[in-house]
Amino acid sequence: MAKHETPLIDQLESGPWPSFVSDLKQEAESRAKNEKNIEYQIPQDCCDDLLGVLELSYKHGRTHWKHGGIVGVFGYGGGVIGRYCDQPEMFPGVAHFHTMRVSQPAGKYYTTKYIEDICDLWERRGSGLTNMHGATGDIIFLGTTTPQLEEVFWELGHNLNQDLGGSGSNLRTPSDCLGESRCEFACFDTQAICHDLTNEYQDELHRPAFPYKFKFKFDGCPNCCVAAIARSDLAFIGTWRDDIRIDQEAVKAYIGGEIPPNAGAHAGRDWGPFDIQKEVIDLCPTKCMRYEDGKLEINTPECTRCMHCINVMPRALRVGNDKGASLMVGAKAPILDGAQMATLLVPFIKVEPPYTEIKETVIEPIWDWWMEEGKNRERLGELIKREGMQKLLEVTGFKADPRMIQEPRSNPYVFWKADEVPGGFERDINEFRKFHQR
Amino acid sequence: METIEYMGKTFSVDEDGFIDDFNNWCPEWEQWVKTVEGIEEINDEHRKLVTVLRDYYEKNGIAPMVRILSKVTGFKLKHIYELYPSGPGKGACKMAGLPKPTGCV
Ligand code: HEM
Ligand code: HEM
Ligand code: SF4
Ligand code: SF4
Repeated sequence: MAKHETPLIDQLESGPWPSFVSDLKQEAESRAKNEKNIEYQIPQDCCDDLLGVLELSYKHGRTHWKHGGIVGVFGYGGGVIGRYCDQPEMFPGVAHFHTMRVSQPAGKYYTTKYIEDICDLWERRGSGLTNMHGATGDIIFLGTTTPQLEEVFWELGHNLNQDLGGSGSNLRTPSDCLGESRCEFACFDTQAICHDLTNEYQDELHRPAFPYKFKFKFDGCPNCCVAAIARSDLAFIGTWRDDIRIDQEAVKAYIGGEIPPNAGAHAGRDWGPFDIQKEVIDLCPTKCMRYEDGKLEINTPECTRCMHCINVMPRALRVGNDKGASLMVGAKAPILDGAQMATLLVPFIKVEPPYTEIKETVIEPIWDWWMEEGKNRERLGELIKREGMQKLLEVTGFKADPRMIQEPRSNPYVFWKADEVPGGFERDINEFRKFHQR
Repeated sequence: METIEYMGKTFSVDEDGFIDDFNNWCPEWEQWVKTVEGIEEINDEHRKLVTVLRDYYEKNGIAPMVRILSKVTGFKLKHIYELYPSGPGKGACKMAGLPKPTGCV
Protein backbone atom coordinates (compact mmCIF):
# COMPACT_ATOMS: atom_id res chain seq x y z
CA MET A 1 0.00 0.00 0.00
CA ALA A 2 1.51 3.33 -1.06
CA LYS A 3 2.32 5.70 1.80
CA HIS A 4 0.95 8.83 0.09
CA GLU A 5 -1.92 9.40 -2.32
CA THR A 6 -0.45 10.61 -5.62
CA PRO A 7 -3.34 11.22 -8.06
CA LEU A 8 -1.51 13.83 -10.15
CA ILE A 9 1.72 12.01 -10.79
CA ASP A 10 -0.17 8.71 -11.21
CA GLN A 11 -1.30 10.14 -14.55
CA LEU A 12 2.32 9.97 -15.69
CA GLU A 13 2.18 6.17 -15.57
CA SER A 14 0.13 5.98 -18.76
CA GLY A 15 1.55 6.46 -22.24
CA PRO A 16 4.32 4.63 -24.10
CA TRP A 17 7.47 6.30 -22.72
CA PRO A 18 9.18 4.66 -19.72
CA SER A 19 7.51 6.26 -16.71
CA PHE A 20 9.77 7.60 -13.97
CA VAL A 21 6.77 7.40 -11.64
CA SER A 22 6.28 3.67 -12.23
CA ASP A 23 10.01 3.14 -11.70
CA LEU A 24 9.99 5.13 -8.45
CA LYS A 25 7.01 3.11 -7.22
CA GLN A 26 8.77 -0.10 -8.10
CA GLU A 27 11.79 0.89 -6.02
CA ALA A 28 9.53 2.02 -3.15
CA GLU A 29 7.83 -1.37 -3.20
CA SER A 30 11.09 -3.27 -3.40
CA ARG A 31 12.38 -1.40 -0.33
CA ALA A 32 9.14 -2.10 1.54
CA LYS A 33 9.41 -5.84 0.83
CA ASN A 34 13.20 -5.98 1.31
CA GLU A 35 13.52 -9.50 -0.05
CA LYS A 36 17.32 -9.35 0.11
CA ASN A 37 17.29 -8.40 3.83
CA ILE A 38 19.30 -5.26 3.27
CA GLU A 39 20.19 -3.23 6.37
CA TYR A 40 18.95 0.11 5.04
CA GLN A 41 21.06 2.99 6.34
CA ILE A 42 18.57 5.71 5.41
CA PRO A 43 14.77 5.59 5.83
CA GLN A 44 13.32 2.53 4.14
CA ASP A 45 10.40 4.61 2.88
CA CYS A 46 12.44 7.46 1.36
CA CYS A 47 11.12 6.68 -2.16
CA ASP A 48 7.53 6.88 -0.89
CA ASP A 49 8.29 10.25 0.66
CA LEU A 50 9.94 11.44 -2.54
CA LEU A 51 6.75 10.55 -4.43
CA GLY A 52 4.81 12.38 -1.73
CA VAL A 53 6.80 15.58 -1.90
CA LEU A 54 6.75 15.51 -5.70
CA GLU A 55 2.95 15.15 -5.66
CA LEU A 56 2.78 18.15 -3.34
CA SER A 57 4.93 20.18 -5.72
CA TYR A 58 2.66 19.18 -8.62
CA LYS A 59 -0.26 20.42 -6.56
CA HIS A 60 1.38 23.71 -5.53
CA GLY A 61 3.38 24.33 -8.67
CA ARG A 62 6.40 25.08 -6.45
CA THR A 63 9.52 23.32 -5.31
CA HIS A 64 9.65 21.95 -1.75
CA TRP A 65 13.42 21.85 -1.33
CA LYS A 66 15.12 24.36 0.94
CA HIS A 67 17.74 26.73 -0.38
CA GLY A 68 21.24 25.37 -0.91
CA GLY A 69 23.07 22.94 1.33
CA ILE A 70 26.77 22.55 2.19
CA VAL A 71 27.83 18.98 2.85
CA GLY A 72 30.74 16.91 1.60
CA VAL A 73 33.56 14.57 2.43
CA PHE A 74 36.83 15.43 4.14
CA GLY A 75 39.62 16.33 1.75
CA TYR A 76 37.35 17.54 -1.05
CA GLY A 77 35.56 20.84 -1.55
CA GLY A 78 32.89 19.43 -3.85
CA GLY A 79 31.24 16.31 -5.22
CA VAL A 80 28.12 16.34 -3.07
CA ILE A 81 25.05 18.53 -3.54
CA GLY A 82 23.33 18.94 -0.17
CA ARG A 83 19.56 19.23 -0.08
CA TYR A 84 16.85 19.33 2.59
CA CYS A 85 13.07 19.08 2.21
CA ASP A 86 11.10 22.11 3.40
CA GLN A 87 8.33 19.83 4.81
CA PRO A 88 10.43 17.41 6.90
CA GLU A 89 7.59 16.51 9.29
CA MET A 90 5.32 15.47 6.44
CA PHE A 91 8.12 13.69 4.54
CA PRO A 92 10.76 12.55 7.04
CA GLY A 93 12.15 10.04 4.53
CA VAL A 94 13.56 12.89 2.47
CA ALA A 95 14.39 15.36 5.27
CA HIS A 96 17.97 14.90 4.01
CA PHE A 97 18.19 14.14 0.32
CA HIS A 98 21.77 14.79 -0.80
CA THR A 99 23.04 14.04 -4.29
CA MET A 100 26.46 12.48 -4.83
CA ARG A 101 28.24 12.88 -8.16
CA VAL A 102 30.28 9.81 -9.04
CA SER A 103 32.90 10.04 -11.75
CA GLN A 104 31.91 8.00 -14.83
CA PRO A 105 34.15 6.06 -17.22
CA ALA A 106 34.89 7.86 -20.50
CA GLY A 107 32.26 6.94 -23.10
CA LYS A 108 30.06 5.44 -20.35
CA TYR A 109 30.92 1.82 -21.08
CA TYR A 110 30.11 -0.51 -18.18
CA THR A 111 30.15 -4.11 -17.11
CA THR A 112 27.10 -5.47 -15.28
CA LYS A 113 29.44 -6.43 -12.45
CA TYR A 114 30.38 -2.78 -11.90
CA ILE A 115 26.78 -1.55 -12.14
CA GLU A 116 25.60 -4.23 -9.71
CA ASP A 117 28.34 -3.28 -7.26
CA ILE A 118 27.43 0.40 -7.22
CA CYS A 119 23.71 -0.50 -7.00
CA ASP A 120 24.33 -2.74 -3.98
CA LEU A 121 26.19 0.09 -2.28
CA TRP A 122 23.56 2.68 -3.15
CA GLU A 123 20.58 0.53 -2.11
CA ARG A 124 22.13 0.04 1.32
CA ARG A 125 23.43 3.56 1.95
CA GLY A 126 21.18 5.66 -0.27
CA SER A 127 17.70 5.91 -1.73
CA GLY A 128 18.30 3.39 -4.51
CA LEU A 129 17.49 6.18 -7.00
CA THR A 130 19.92 7.51 -9.58
CA ASN A 131 20.29 9.73 -12.58
CA MET A 132 22.14 7.92 -15.38
CA HIS A 133 23.73 10.36 -16.06
CA GLY A 134 23.96 14.03 -15.11
CA ALA A 135 24.26 16.41 -18.06
CA THR A 136 27.94 16.96 -17.29
CA GLY A 137 28.48 13.20 -17.38
CA ASP A 138 28.59 11.98 -13.77
CA ILE A 139 26.77 8.97 -12.41
CA ILE A 140 24.34 10.63 -10.02
CA PHE A 141 23.35 9.02 -6.73
CA LEU A 142 20.10 10.76 -5.84
CA GLY A 143 19.28 11.03 -2.16
CA THR A 144 21.05 10.12 1.06
CA THR A 145 21.69 11.50 4.54
CA THR A 146 24.73 13.41 5.83
CA PRO A 147 26.13 10.58 8.01
CA GLN A 148 26.18 8.27 4.97
CA LEU A 149 28.37 10.54 2.83
CA GLU A 150 31.72 9.48 4.28
CA GLU A 151 30.51 5.85 4.36
CA VAL A 152 29.60 5.87 0.66
CA PHE A 153 32.85 7.67 -0.17
CA TRP A 154 34.89 5.12 1.82
CA GLU A 155 33.24 2.16 0.11
CA LEU A 156 33.53 3.73 -3.33
CA GLY A 157 37.23 4.40 -2.83
CA HIS A 158 38.24 1.25 -1.00
CA ASN A 159 36.00 -1.43 -2.50
CA LEU A 160 35.14 -0.13 -5.96
CA ASN A 161 38.23 1.92 -6.82
CA GLN A 162 35.88 4.74 -7.71
CA ASP A 163 36.08 8.51 -7.07
CA LEU A 164 33.56 11.32 -6.82
CA GLY A 165 32.92 13.81 -9.61
CA GLY A 166 33.23 17.57 -9.45
CA SER A 167 31.01 20.38 -8.25
CA GLY A 168 31.58 23.97 -7.20
CA SER A 169 34.01 26.53 -8.62
CA ASN A 170 36.42 24.01 -10.07
CA LEU A 171 37.10 21.69 -12.96
CA ARG A 172 33.90 19.68 -13.38
CA THR A 173 33.81 16.08 -14.51
CA PRO A 174 35.09 15.93 -18.12
CA SER A 175 33.09 13.89 -20.65
CA ASP A 176 33.40 12.76 -24.23
CA CYS A 177 31.70 11.22 -27.24
CA LEU A 178 32.38 7.52 -27.56
CA GLY A 179 35.03 8.32 -30.18
CA GLU A 180 37.23 5.64 -31.66
CA SER A 181 35.58 2.94 -29.58
CA ARG A 182 32.80 2.62 -32.18
CA CYS A 183 32.69 5.51 -34.56
CA GLU A 184 34.61 5.67 -37.84
CA PHE A 185 34.39 9.49 -37.83
CA ALA A 186 36.57 9.92 -34.74
CA CYS A 187 39.66 12.03 -35.40
CA PHE A 188 41.31 11.40 -32.05
CA ASP A 189 40.89 9.06 -29.11
CA THR A 190 38.34 11.04 -27.11
CA GLN A 191 38.21 8.51 -24.29
CA ALA A 192 41.97 8.41 -23.84
CA ILE A 193 42.40 12.16 -23.49
CA CYS A 194 39.25 12.52 -21.39
CA HIS A 195 40.63 9.92 -18.98
CA ASP A 196 44.15 11.38 -19.03
CA LEU A 197 43.11 14.96 -18.31
CA THR A 198 40.65 13.82 -15.63
CA ASN A 199 43.54 12.11 -13.85
CA GLU A 200 46.04 14.89 -14.51
CA TYR A 201 43.79 17.53 -12.98
CA GLN A 202 42.29 15.65 -10.02
CA ASP A 203 43.33 18.43 -7.63
CA GLU A 204 41.60 21.08 -9.73
CA LEU A 205 38.51 18.85 -9.86
CA HIS A 206 38.21 18.05 -6.15
CA ARG A 207 39.30 21.33 -4.57
CA PRO A 208 37.63 24.45 -5.90
CA ALA A 209 40.37 26.97 -6.68
CA PHE A 210 38.83 28.75 -9.67
CA PRO A 211 36.75 31.94 -9.94
CA TYR A 212 33.89 29.73 -11.18
CA LYS A 213 33.18 26.34 -12.75
CA PHE A 214 35.19 25.08 -15.73
CA LYS A 215 34.37 22.19 -18.06
CA PHE A 216 36.21 20.11 -20.65
CA LYS A 217 34.38 18.11 -23.29
CA PHE A 218 35.78 16.01 -26.12
CA ASP A 219 34.07 15.42 -29.47
CA GLY A 220 35.79 13.17 -31.99
CA CYS A 221 34.48 15.18 -34.96
CA PRO A 222 32.35 18.25 -35.74
CA ASN A 223 29.11 16.26 -35.31
CA CYS A 224 29.65 17.02 -31.63
CA CYS A 225 27.83 14.11 -30.02
CA VAL A 226 28.75 15.36 -26.53
CA ALA A 227 27.94 18.96 -27.51
CA ALA A 228 31.34 20.26 -26.47
CA ILE A 229 30.85 23.46 -28.43
CA ALA A 230 27.82 24.42 -26.35
CA ARG A 231 28.50 22.94 -22.95
CA SER A 232 32.18 23.20 -22.11
CA ASP A 233 34.51 26.08 -21.34
CA LEU A 234 37.21 24.28 -23.30
CA ALA A 235 35.88 22.20 -26.20
CA PHE A 236 37.97 19.68 -28.12
CA ILE A 237 36.51 18.97 -31.56
CA GLY A 238 38.19 16.47 -33.86
CA THR A 239 39.12 17.38 -37.44
CA TRP A 240 41.69 16.61 -40.16
CA ARG A 241 43.99 18.59 -42.46
CA ASP A 242 44.40 16.47 -45.59
CA ASP A 243 41.93 15.16 -48.17
CA ILE A 244 38.67 13.39 -47.51
CA ARG A 245 39.28 9.78 -48.57
CA ILE A 246 36.94 8.84 -51.42
CA ASP A 247 36.04 5.29 -52.47
CA GLN A 248 34.67 5.83 -55.98
CA GLU A 249 33.19 2.32 -56.18
CA ALA A 250 31.18 2.92 -53.03
CA VAL A 251 30.04 6.30 -54.39
CA LYS A 252 28.60 4.43 -57.35
CA ALA A 253 26.91 1.96 -55.03
CA TYR A 254 25.15 4.86 -53.28
CA ILE A 255 24.05 6.28 -56.63
CA GLY A 256 22.89 2.85 -57.77
CA GLY A 257 20.75 2.54 -54.62
CA GLU A 258 22.70 -0.39 -53.21
CA ILE A 259 23.64 1.50 -50.04
CA PRO A 260 21.05 3.71 -48.34
CA PRO A 261 22.12 7.34 -47.75
CA ASN A 262 22.87 8.45 -44.18
CA ALA A 263 23.18 4.78 -43.22
CA GLY A 264 19.41 4.49 -43.50
CA ALA A 265 18.68 7.29 -41.02
CA HIS A 266 15.71 8.52 -43.12
CA ALA A 267 14.29 5.10 -43.93
CA GLY A 268 11.08 5.93 -42.06
CA ARG A 269 9.79 7.94 -44.99
CA ASP A 270 9.96 7.74 -48.77
CA TRP A 271 12.32 10.50 -49.92
CA GLY A 272 12.68 9.03 -53.41
CA PRO A 273 15.86 7.50 -54.86
CA PHE A 274 19.18 8.94 -53.69
CA ASP A 275 20.20 12.00 -55.73
CA ILE A 276 23.87 12.81 -55.12
CA GLN A 277 23.59 16.22 -56.78
CA LYS A 278 20.63 17.31 -54.69
CA GLU A 279 21.52 15.66 -51.41
CA VAL A 280 25.27 16.16 -51.30
CA ILE A 281 26.84 18.38 -53.97
CA ASP A 282 24.25 21.15 -53.75
CA LEU A 283 24.18 21.05 -49.95
CA CYS A 284 27.92 21.35 -49.48
CA PRO A 285 28.23 24.71 -47.68
CA THR A 286 31.30 25.78 -49.64
CA LYS A 287 30.24 24.25 -52.97
CA CYS A 288 33.61 22.59 -53.26
CA MET A 289 32.36 19.24 -54.59
CA ARG A 290 31.60 17.99 -58.07
CA TYR A 291 30.35 14.74 -59.59
CA GLU A 292 31.25 14.29 -63.24
CA ASP A 293 31.74 11.28 -65.49
CA GLY A 294 31.05 8.94 -62.61
CA LYS A 295 33.73 10.51 -60.41
CA LEU A 296 33.30 12.47 -57.20
CA GLU A 297 35.84 15.23 -56.57
CA ILE A 298 36.44 17.48 -53.56
CA ASN A 299 38.50 20.66 -53.67
CA THR A 300 40.16 20.21 -50.29
CA PRO A 301 41.39 23.80 -49.68
CA GLU A 302 37.78 24.98 -49.84
CA CYS A 303 36.32 22.21 -47.69
CA THR A 304 35.42 23.36 -44.15
CA ARG A 305 35.09 19.77 -42.87
CA CYS A 306 31.44 20.26 -42.02
CA MET A 307 30.85 16.46 -42.11
CA HIS A 308 27.77 16.63 -44.33
CA CYS A 309 29.03 14.57 -47.27
CA ILE A 310 30.65 12.04 -44.93
CA ASN A 311 27.47 11.74 -42.87
CA VAL A 312 25.44 11.07 -46.03
CA MET A 313 27.84 8.55 -47.57
CA PRO A 314 29.79 7.04 -44.67
CA ARG A 315 30.84 4.01 -46.66
CA ALA A 316 32.23 6.05 -49.54
CA LEU A 317 33.77 9.04 -47.76
CA ARG A 318 36.12 8.99 -44.82
CA VAL A 319 37.84 11.66 -42.77
CA GLY A 320 41.47 12.32 -43.73
CA ASN A 321 44.57 10.65 -42.33
CA ASP A 322 46.22 13.75 -40.83
CA LYS A 323 43.94 14.03 -37.83
CA GLY A 324 43.81 16.24 -34.75
CA ALA A 325 41.42 18.66 -33.10
CA SER A 326 40.28 22.26 -33.03
CA LEU A 327 40.11 23.79 -29.56
CA MET A 328 37.33 26.22 -28.78
CA VAL A 329 36.72 28.28 -25.67
CA GLY A 330 34.08 30.08 -23.66
CA ALA A 331 30.75 28.27 -24.07
CA LYS A 332 28.24 28.90 -21.27
CA ALA A 333 24.52 29.14 -20.45
CA PRO A 334 22.82 32.57 -20.28
CA ILE A 335 23.61 33.68 -16.73
CA LEU A 336 24.96 36.34 -16.27
CA ASP A 337 25.56 38.14 -19.54
CA GLY A 338 24.02 35.90 -22.19
CA ALA A 339 24.50 32.45 -23.64
CA GLN A 340 27.69 31.71 -25.54
CA MET A 341 28.85 28.93 -27.79
CA ALA A 342 32.56 28.29 -27.99
CA THR A 343 34.82 30.42 -30.14
CA LEU A 344 37.82 29.08 -32.05
CA LEU A 345 41.20 29.45 -30.35
CA VAL A 346 43.37 26.71 -31.86
CA PRO A 347 42.45 25.80 -35.46
CA PHE A 348 44.42 22.56 -35.40
CA ILE A 349 46.49 20.68 -32.88
CA LYS A 350 47.65 17.07 -32.74
CA VAL A 351 46.02 15.05 -29.96
CA GLU A 352 48.56 12.48 -28.91
CA PRO A 353 49.51 11.15 -25.50
CA PRO A 354 50.84 12.46 -23.19
CA TYR A 355 49.14 15.62 -24.51
CA THR A 356 51.96 17.83 -23.23
CA GLU A 357 51.48 20.56 -25.83
CA ILE A 358 47.76 20.83 -25.06
CA LYS A 359 48.38 20.99 -21.33
CA GLU A 360 51.26 23.44 -21.45
CA THR A 361 50.28 25.76 -24.27
CA VAL A 362 46.50 25.80 -23.94
CA ILE A 363 44.97 24.60 -20.68
CA GLU A 364 47.44 25.92 -18.16
CA PRO A 365 47.98 29.38 -19.70
CA ILE A 366 44.20 29.83 -19.88
CA TRP A 367 43.83 28.83 -16.25
CA ASP A 368 46.71 31.07 -15.15
CA TRP A 369 45.03 34.04 -16.81
CA TRP A 370 41.46 33.32 -15.73
CA MET A 371 42.46 32.44 -12.14
CA GLU A 372 44.26 35.75 -11.85
CA GLU A 373 41.90 38.01 -13.78
CA GLY A 374 38.53 36.28 -13.52
CA LYS A 375 36.04 38.00 -11.23
CA ASN A 376 34.08 36.09 -8.65
CA ARG A 377 31.69 33.79 -10.56
CA GLU A 378 32.83 34.91 -13.97
CA ARG A 379 32.98 32.14 -16.57
CA LEU A 380 35.90 32.07 -19.01
CA GLY A 381 33.53 33.15 -21.80
CA GLU A 382 32.63 36.27 -19.85
CA LEU A 383 36.26 37.10 -19.10
CA ILE A 384 36.96 36.83 -22.84
CA LYS A 385 34.12 39.29 -23.47
CA ARG A 386 35.34 41.64 -20.75
CA GLU A 387 39.07 41.66 -21.52
CA GLY A 388 38.92 40.70 -25.18
CA MET A 389 39.93 37.84 -27.43
CA GLN A 390 43.28 39.60 -28.06
CA LYS A 391 44.11 39.23 -24.41
CA LEU A 392 43.44 35.50 -24.60
CA LEU A 393 45.73 35.26 -27.63
CA GLU A 394 48.40 37.18 -25.75
CA VAL A 395 48.34 34.93 -22.69
CA THR A 396 48.31 31.73 -24.74
CA GLY A 397 50.72 32.94 -27.39
CA PHE A 398 48.57 31.90 -30.35
CA LYS A 399 48.75 34.20 -33.36
CA ALA A 400 45.61 35.97 -34.50
CA ASP A 401 44.28 34.16 -37.55
CA PRO A 402 41.33 34.85 -39.90
CA ARG A 403 39.89 31.46 -38.94
CA MET A 404 39.25 32.79 -35.44
CA ILE A 405 36.57 35.23 -36.57
CA GLN A 406 33.36 34.84 -38.49
CA GLU A 407 33.69 38.40 -39.77
CA PRO A 408 35.95 41.37 -39.00
CA ARG A 409 34.65 44.09 -36.70
CA SER A 410 32.37 46.69 -38.24
CA ASN A 411 33.01 49.45 -35.71
CA PRO A 412 36.24 51.44 -35.79
CA TYR A 413 36.94 51.51 -32.04
CA VAL A 414 40.35 49.96 -32.52
CA PHE A 415 42.91 49.95 -29.72
CA TRP A 416 46.61 50.24 -30.48
CA LYS A 417 49.50 49.54 -28.18
CA ALA A 418 51.89 52.47 -27.62
CA ASP A 419 54.79 50.63 -29.19
CA GLU A 420 52.82 49.99 -32.39
CA VAL A 421 52.41 53.74 -32.96
CA PRO A 422 55.41 55.79 -34.16
CA GLY A 423 56.24 58.29 -31.42
CA GLY A 424 54.11 56.55 -28.81
CA PHE A 425 51.31 58.26 -26.84
CA GLU A 426 53.35 60.87 -24.90
CA ARG A 427 52.74 64.18 -26.71
CA ASP A 428 53.26 67.83 -25.78
CA ILE A 429 50.40 70.23 -26.46
CA ASN A 430 52.84 73.11 -26.87
CA GLU A 431 54.53 71.33 -29.79
CA PHE A 432 51.10 70.95 -31.40
CA ARG A 433 50.32 74.65 -30.85
CA LYS A 434 53.42 75.65 -32.79
CA PHE A 435 51.61 74.53 -35.93
CA HIS A 436 47.96 75.04 -34.98
CA GLN A 437 46.76 78.26 -33.34
CA ARG A 438 44.07 78.16 -30.73
CA MET B 1 17.09 25.79 13.40
CA GLU B 2 18.73 23.33 15.74
CA THR B 3 20.44 24.37 18.93
CA ILE B 4 23.80 23.17 20.15
CA GLU B 5 24.96 23.34 23.77
CA TYR B 6 28.71 23.43 24.06
CA MET B 7 31.11 24.60 26.80
CA GLY B 8 28.29 26.46 28.53
CA LYS B 9 27.18 28.30 25.37
CA THR B 10 24.12 27.81 23.20
CA PHE B 11 24.26 28.21 19.41
CA SER B 12 21.54 28.13 16.77
CA VAL B 13 22.65 26.40 13.58
CA ASP B 14 21.13 25.29 10.27
CA GLU B 15 21.11 21.69 8.95
CA ASP B 16 24.65 22.06 7.70
CA GLY B 17 25.93 23.30 11.05
CA PHE B 18 26.51 26.92 10.02
CA ILE B 19 25.91 29.49 12.78
CA ASP B 20 22.77 31.63 12.44
CA ASP B 21 24.53 34.98 12.92
CA PHE B 22 28.05 36.28 12.31
CA ASN B 23 27.83 38.23 15.60
CA ASN B 24 27.13 35.13 17.69
CA TRP B 25 30.58 33.76 16.94
CA CYS B 26 32.89 33.25 19.93
CA PRO B 27 35.95 31.13 20.81
CA GLU B 28 33.68 28.36 22.10
CA TRP B 29 32.10 28.18 18.64
CA GLU B 30 35.54 27.53 17.15
CA GLN B 31 36.04 24.70 19.62
CA TRP B 32 32.69 23.21 18.63
CA VAL B 33 33.42 23.41 14.90
CA LYS B 34 36.77 21.74 15.52
CA THR B 35 34.93 18.63 16.76
CA VAL B 36 32.78 18.29 13.61
CA GLU B 37 35.25 19.38 10.92
CA GLY B 38 37.99 16.80 11.44
CA ILE B 39 40.44 19.20 13.12
CA GLU B 40 42.67 17.87 15.90
CA GLU B 41 43.94 21.01 17.53
CA ILE B 42 43.33 24.65 16.63
CA ASN B 43 46.71 26.28 15.99
CA ASP B 44 47.87 29.75 14.95
CA GLU B 45 47.41 28.96 11.29
CA HIS B 46 43.77 27.99 11.83
CA ARG B 47 43.33 31.25 13.74
CA LYS B 48 45.00 33.26 10.98
CA LEU B 49 42.48 31.98 8.45
CA VAL B 50 39.58 32.71 10.78
CA THR B 51 40.84 36.23 11.42
CA VAL B 52 41.35 36.97 7.73
CA LEU B 53 37.90 35.59 6.86
CA ARG B 54 36.18 37.58 9.61
CA ASP B 55 38.02 40.82 8.71
CA TYR B 56 37.25 40.41 5.03
CA TYR B 57 33.60 39.67 5.71
CA GLU B 58 33.24 42.68 8.01
CA LYS B 59 34.77 44.99 5.41
CA ASN B 60 33.19 43.58 2.26
CA GLY B 61 30.05 41.75 3.33
CA ILE B 62 31.11 38.61 1.41
CA ALA B 63 33.60 35.81 1.84
CA PRO B 64 36.84 36.26 -0.16
CA MET B 65 37.52 34.24 -3.29
CA VAL B 66 39.81 31.27 -2.66
CA ARG B 67 42.61 32.99 -4.57
CA ILE B 68 42.43 36.07 -2.36
CA LEU B 69 42.39 33.95 0.78
CA SER B 70 45.56 32.22 -0.41
CA LYS B 71 47.25 35.49 -1.29
CA VAL B 72 46.43 37.26 1.96
CA THR B 73 47.34 34.36 4.24
CA GLY B 74 50.21 33.05 2.12
CA PHE B 75 48.71 29.53 2.45
CA LYS B 76 48.45 27.42 -0.69
CA LEU B 77 45.08 25.70 -1.22
CA LYS B 78 46.72 22.37 -0.37
CA HIS B 79 47.75 23.75 3.00
CA ILE B 80 44.28 25.16 3.65
CA TYR B 81 42.92 21.61 3.20
CA GLU B 82 45.58 20.30 5.59
CA LEU B 83 44.25 22.74 8.17
CA TYR B 84 40.57 22.37 7.27
CA PRO B 85 39.85 18.96 5.66
CA SER B 86 36.45 20.14 4.38
CA GLY B 87 38.11 23.03 2.62
CA PRO B 88 37.83 26.80 2.89
CA GLY B 89 34.03 26.91 2.45
CA LYS B 90 32.57 24.14 4.56
CA GLY B 91 35.50 24.16 7.03
CA ALA B 92 37.11 27.57 7.52
CA CYS B 93 34.06 29.75 6.78
CA LYS B 94 32.01 27.63 9.17
CA MET B 95 34.56 28.08 11.94
CA ALA B 96 34.81 31.81 11.22
CA GLY B 97 31.05 32.18 11.65
CA LEU B 98 30.44 33.34 8.07
CA PRO B 99 27.14 32.59 6.32
CA LYS B 100 26.82 29.37 4.37
CA PRO B 101 28.29 29.47 0.83
CA THR B 102 25.58 29.60 -1.85
CA GLY B 103 25.27 29.11 -5.60
CA CYS B 104 25.76 26.10 -7.79
CA VAL B 105 27.99 24.22 -5.38
C1 HEM C 1 20.62 27.72 -8.29
C2 HEM C 1 21.29 26.64 -8.02
C3 HEM C 1 21.89 25.76 -9.08
C4 HEM C 1 22.46 26.10 -10.25
C5 HEM C 1 22.71 27.46 -10.82
C6 HEM C 1 22.83 24.89 -10.90
C7 HEM C 1 23.45 24.85 -12.13
C8 HEM C 1 23.83 23.70 -12.73
C9 HEM C 1 24.55 23.65 -13.94
C10 HEM C 1 25.00 24.84 -14.71
C11 HEM C 1 24.73 22.36 -14.26
C12 HEM C 1 25.46 21.82 -15.44
C13 HEM C 1 24.60 21.51 -16.58
C14 HEM C 1 25.42 21.02 -17.75
O1 HEM C 1 26.26 20.13 -17.59
O2 HEM C 1 25.24 21.53 -18.85
C15 HEM C 1 24.15 21.58 -13.21
C16 HEM C 1 24.15 20.24 -13.17
C17 HEM C 1 23.54 19.53 -12.15
N1 HEM C 1 22.91 20.03 -11.04
FE1 HEM C 1 22.73 21.90 -10.55
N2 HEM C 1 22.46 23.85 -10.12
C18 HEM C 1 21.88 24.34 -9.00
C19 HEM C 1 21.36 23.65 -7.97
C20 HEM C 1 21.31 22.29 -7.94
C21 HEM C 1 20.72 21.54 -6.86
C22 HEM C 1 20.11 22.14 -5.60
C23 HEM C 1 20.85 20.25 -7.20
C24 HEM C 1 20.46 19.01 -6.46
C25 HEM C 1 20.30 18.93 -5.18
C26 HEM C 1 21.50 20.19 -8.48
C27 HEM C 1 21.77 19.04 -9.14
C28 HEM C 1 22.44 18.99 -10.31
C29 HEM C 1 22.78 17.75 -10.98
C30 HEM C 1 22.45 16.34 -10.50
C31 HEM C 1 23.49 18.11 -12.13
C32 HEM C 1 24.09 17.20 -13.14
C33 HEM C 1 25.49 16.94 -12.74
C34 HEM C 1 26.30 16.23 -13.76
O3 HEM C 1 25.96 16.20 -14.93
O4 HEM C 1 27.33 15.70 -13.39
N3 HEM C 1 21.76 21.45 -8.89
N4 HEM C 1 23.61 22.42 -12.28
C1 HEM D 1 15.71 27.62 -11.05
C2 HEM D 1 16.84 27.99 -11.58
C3 HEM D 1 17.62 27.26 -12.60
C4 HEM D 1 17.33 26.17 -13.35
C5 HEM D 1 16.05 25.38 -13.39
C6 HEM D 1 18.48 25.88 -14.15
C7 HEM D 1 18.56 24.83 -15.04
C8 HEM D 1 19.60 24.68 -15.91
C9 HEM D 1 19.65 23.71 -16.96
C10 HEM D 1 18.55 22.70 -17.25
C11 HEM D 1 20.81 23.87 -17.62
C12 HEM D 1 21.28 23.22 -18.87
C13 HEM D 1 21.64 21.87 -18.73
C14 HEM D 1 22.03 21.31 -20.06
O1 HEM D 1 22.17 22.02 -21.05
O2 HEM D 1 22.22 20.11 -20.10
C15 HEM D 1 21.51 24.92 -16.99
C16 HEM D 1 22.72 25.34 -17.39
C17 HEM D 1 23.39 26.35 -16.75
N1 HEM D 1 22.94 27.10 -15.69
FE1 HEM D 1 21.18 26.97 -14.85
N2 HEM D 1 19.44 26.79 -13.88
C18 HEM D 1 18.95 27.64 -12.92
C19 HEM D 1 19.57 28.67 -12.35
C20 HEM D 1 20.84 29.03 -12.64
C21 HEM D 1 21.56 30.05 -11.97
C22 HEM D 1 21.02 30.87 -10.81
C23 HEM D 1 22.80 30.09 -12.53
C24 HEM D 1 23.98 30.95 -12.23
C25 HEM D 1 24.11 31.67 -11.14
C26 HEM D 1 22.83 29.11 -13.56
C27 HEM D 1 23.91 28.89 -14.35
C28 HEM D 1 23.92 27.98 -15.36
C29 HEM D 1 25.03 27.82 -16.23
C30 HEM D 1 26.31 28.64 -16.21
C31 HEM D 1 24.71 26.78 -17.10
C32 HEM D 1 25.53 26.29 -18.24
C33 HEM D 1 26.43 25.27 -17.92
C34 HEM D 1 27.27 24.98 -19.09
O3 HEM D 1 27.97 25.88 -19.55
O4 HEM D 1 27.24 23.86 -19.54
N3 HEM D 1 21.63 28.48 -13.60
N4 HEM D 1 20.75 25.41 -15.97
S1 SF4 E 1 31.29 13.35 -32.28
FE1 SF4 E 1 31.93 12.48 -34.23
S2 SF4 E 1 33.46 10.98 -33.60
FE2 SF4 E 1 32.30 11.40 -31.78
S3 SF4 E 1 30.67 9.84 -31.78
FE3 SF4 E 1 29.85 11.67 -32.77
S4 SF4 E 1 30.15 11.33 -34.92
FE4 SF4 E 1 31.51 9.90 -33.86
S1 SF4 F 1 32.86 18.08 -45.49
FE1 SF4 F 1 31.33 19.64 -45.88
S2 SF4 F 1 32.49 21.32 -46.80
FE2 SF4 F 1 33.76 19.50 -46.97
S3 SF4 F 1 33.25 18.63 -48.97
FE3 SF4 F 1 31.93 17.60 -47.48
S4 SF4 F 1 30.04 18.82 -47.51
FE4 SF4 F 1 31.63 20.08 -48.46
